[in-house]
Amino acid sequence: MNMSQTVMVLLRRELMLAMRRRGDVLTVLFFFVIVASLFPLGVGPDPKLLRLMGGGVVWVSALLAAMLSLGRLFASDYADGTLEQLILTPTPPVVWITGKILAHWLVSGVPLILVAPVLGVQFGLSNEALGVLVFSLLLGTPVLSLIGAIGAALTLGLRGGGVLVSLLVLPLYIPVLIFGAGAVDGAMSGLGSEAHLSLLGGILILAFMLTPWAVSAALRISIE
Amino acid sequence: MLEGKDLACVRGERTLFDHLNFTLHEGELLLVQGANGSGKTSLLRMLCGLMAPEFGEVLWRGKKIGAARESYHAEMAYFGHSPAVKEDLSAFENLDFACRLAGIPVKREEVKGALGHLGLGHCLNLPAKSLSQGQRRRVALSRLLLAKARLWILDEPLTALDQAALKLVQSLLGEHLRQGGMALLTTHQPVMIPGITPKILDLSA
Repeated sequence: MNMSQTVMVLLRRELMLAMRRRGDVLTVLFFFVIVASLFPLGVGPDPKLLRLMGGGVVWVSALLAAMLSLGRLFASDYADGTLEQLILTPTPPVVWITGKILAHWLVSGVPLILVAPVLGVQFGLSNEALGVLVFSLLLGTPVLSLIGAIGAALTLGLRGGGVLVSLLVLPLYIPVLIFGAGAVDGAMSGLGSEAHLSLLGGILILAFMLTPWAVSAALRISIE
Repeated sequence: MLEGKDLACVRGERTLFDHLNFTLHEGELLLVQGANGSGKTSLLRMLCGLMAPEFGEVLWRGKKIGAARESYHAEMAYFGHSPAVKEDLSAFENLDFACRLAGIPVKREEVKGALGHLGLGHCLNLPAKSLSQGQRRRVALSRLLLAKARLWILDEPLTALDQAALKLVQSLLGEHLRQGGMALLTTHQPVMIPGITPKILDLSA
């Protein structure tokens, strides 16, 4: 059996599990919407101010929501023994790890991208900025899942792993936040967002190539 | 042939066992015995490659298992403490996905047959969360039927099983060994397999 088949089987299984536990997926989505909606309540309804910070707020909320969903990535497989069985398959770990991260992004990243324009409109972002926001999230959220997977793998089986994972992973999310929010800012101010988006794309390629190896090593440590 | 050479296991400050040697040939059964906490599970995890030994090496057909990872994992089936059964999937889906992920091509009928063989024919499509502990372990054991592995490494396969299942597992083991398979297991229950005298590895000694 070849590797793409393994990834397909894994994706099917993960999506099926997500369908049967829709609550988990919706929790993350509602968290995203609520966090983003808190900001106008906190800073006041000044449209100019809201337009200025809209991109950044949506991005920070996406970061926090991604954080929240990381617990699901390996923890349940670890608890019920599925993770051991996956490690013991002949398939190289990087292959199925990539599959798991991809599934995680489909389940918890893609819904955020779909809802983001609605939040953007709330903040009064221009049409162009909305497009850039969606595109930057499209490039950025997979990076959140990829980098987050390292944290999730390292904190497996630890008490208070949820808090630890935020301390480990949030600092690593900073570049994604800077370039993601920067891209939206560029579109709003008319400076252009190409530079930010290309850097975000670069980060995505780099993360895609490197993180599965790091996750594999981290899982090996955690499983002992 | 599976060989353990001069194996040692250290947990924290404590040495659980050291200078442990054994060989397991085709058609042989090795019973790992010892009190609770004597390192049985650690040994088994070491042998299947989930844990690195503190000292010594594990050889499969004369090669280190780390170096021959793919071929070793293709020929080995591990049954651990947790049955690796997903609560939200049905018994059928659990077994089907487990086999496909392990790279074993299976047909629907084979999966149903294996579950039927372990007495789960009537709850194929029930979500696993509605199954009892013993039934979940049966789902996990049915994987052994489909995996066609040469080497079975089974950690307490007999716990939480009823009398009928105990007999069934022992007859499965007998069948596997007669076909030239190898099995290594820990258990606190007596194992009776006609025509097979198990080797004993006692960790407390």
